[in-house]
Amino acid sequence: MTALTYLTGGLSLGSVYAIIALGYTMVYGIAKMLNFAHGDVIMIGGYVVFCTFTYMNIPVWAGLLLGMVVCTALGMLIEKLAYKPLRGTTSLAVLITAIGVSYFLQNAALLIFGSAPKVFTSMFASVPNLELAGGRLILAPETIFTILICILIMVGLQIFTTKTKMGKSMRAVAEDNDAARLMGINVDHTISMTFAIGSALAAVAGVLLCSSYPTLMPTTGSMPGIKAFTAAVFGGIGSIPGAMVGGLLLGIIEILARAYISTELSDAIVFGVLIVVLLVKPTGLLGRKVMEKV
Amino acid sequence: MSILTKFTGKNTNQYRRSAFWSYGVVIAGFILVSAMNSAGMISNSLQGQLVPICAYIAMAVSLNLVVGISGELSLGHAGFMSVGAFTGVIAATLFQSLPFLWVKLLIAIVVGGLFAGLAGVIIGVPVLRLRGDYLAIVTLAFGEIIRNVLNVIYVGLDEKGLQVATSMEGIHLSENGSMILNGPMGATGITKLSTFFAGFLLVLFTLFVVLNLVNSKHGRAIMAMRDNRIAAESVGLSATNFKMTAFVTGAILAGMSGALFALNYSTVAPVKFNFNTSILVLVFVVLGGIGNITGSIISAAVLTILPEALRQFSDYRMLTYAIVLILVMLATNNPQMKMFLSGLSKQVKAVFSKTKVYHRPQRAEEKGGAE
Repeated sequence: MTALTYLTGGLSLGSVYAIIALGYTMVYGIAKMLNFAHGDVIMIGGYVVFCTFTYMNIPVWAGLLLGMVVCTALGMLIEKLAYKPLRGTTSLAVLITAIGVSYFLQNAALLIFGSAPKVFTSMFASVPNLELAGGRLILAPETIFTILICILIMVGLQIFTTKTKMGKSMRAVAEDNDAARLMGINVDHTISMTFAIGSALAAVAGVLLCSSYPTLMPTTGSMPGIKAFTAAVFGGIGSIPGAMVGGLLLGIIEILARAYISTELSDAIVFGVLIVVLLVKPTGLLGRKVMEKV
Repeated sequence: MSILTKFTGKNTNQYRRSAFWSYGVVIAGFILVSAMNSAGMISNSLQGQLVPICAYIAMAVSLNLVVGISGELSLGHAGFMSVGAFTGVIAATLFQSLPFLWVKLLIAIVVGGLFAGLAGVIIGVPVLRLRGDYLAIVTLAFGEIIRNVLNVIYVGLDEKGLQVATSMEGIHLSENGSMILNGPMGATGITKLSTFFAGFLLVLFTLFVVLNLVNSKHGRAIMAMRDNRIAAESVGLSATNFKMTAFVTGAILAGMSGALFALNYSTVAPVKFNFNTSILVLVFVVLGGIGNITGSIISAAVLTILPEALRQFSDYRMLTYAIVLILVMLATNNPQMKMFLSGLSKQVKAVFSKTKVYHRPQRAEEKGGAE
């Protein structure tokens, strides 16, 4: 039963990673950039929802919605001000700019909220634990809801990218930027939408993360951000199913490594697995093999 | 797909000239700072920064070898720095009975460099099989793994010798023994050995190694590999060999600067060399100009001093730093902004050349203005 408890814990953490990784992978697939500020958008989402819980007397779902709206606006603003002017330049320049944005968000949060960690009240505090198998397997509501929300997002995103016009144009831009433009797709608008969706997902991930691990600091987003990024690469960066698979696997590996091998070394094990996977499959689990042209 | 698509094309002559500038900047900087120091013009806080500045300059130059010259984006350079730092501290403690300070420092730096080089070989073999962004992620992963592993390494020393374990309980020291590494606490009770002069010499050594490598047959092969790997391989250059040379040299130099850095403090924790430090050094390299060694030196020095100089803004200093970073990246990379800036500099140049060539015939003046 303990193994099963760890497994559900891993699935729950993996779901959070998967949701964050979706943001990374969509942006990478379309804009071909590593958005290092994504982890900090999660943190901002966490703070916004924290504020609505603490200072505003509105229902939980409304708080979450407000967090998503703020993060969406923030993501689009960052894209417009910092990344759009650099489109078509070296990806290293964009990478450093993303790091600058990440510093900016962290330090802005530090100025506004201070460095002392805030204790985040779980979104599901009023929901009781679920006891299975005569009380031997106890599932916290956070675990269940995180997994459920992740599944919901996966299905929704899959439908969105395959059925809707915007989703199709996103895939077209990811496939070939110039050809998509020639087909009459507004590339700038599509990229902006991708950032919007990624950032809205980041807000959800932030709330779920803080519900399970209830300390909120300006640096809360950076480590999950890096891990989720690893998850996106693990699954094959640019691929949406890859991000989901990568995120879930990474979460499970991390929790199991923490439980059975070593708490201190769990991160090293996670990164070690990533390296092994990339050596065997250089473009990740579900990544496409890119042909090299002379 | 390469993450670095555009480089400054330079011929051998230009490299020679830039080598001259690199040495010149370092020597002039050292003389200036020494003179200011003896005149008492340098504040205490800045004095404490002198050795770290040297270490960061050496880090930036060595990372520029990997990122700029070899064209592989490394996000884990601080990992090599930490390997060098902690092995250097252990070596310095082992040889603490030796008579001269500089001998101990030299041993520590050499040992730090060797171990970091070893780590470079171990990491380079798998890493250099990958390309572009994937390579960047794996270097990031290795940097984190190094930090994580150092978090669980405990090293103690007594008359029987070194003891290494993965927990505090694993080490049984005699009464005279002392701990050198304490897991997440890092190295404690370090005897401070580093001096500004030693830092200056290390920077010169780093420059000597990097500039000579760049100007050698090997260096040209490395750059050929960066510019077009397939073309370079088709004329018989081995990609792995040359990339490995640059990567391991960068690792060794980072390890040496790590040893210098650690021996400047009484305690150093592994967290000091995390992902943020790797990024910090990468920012030095990018802002100084990719592949531009002199630029790395200047930007490493300026950007280490800048947060100190911005102290008066206290809370806002890191925010200012972030905004400055974004604005500089936009100003130097946005095509429109670049065009505007180069147009501006042309106009400024034209104004000056006009005043200079005032009496010349009309045609020369036009030419001067059009350049």
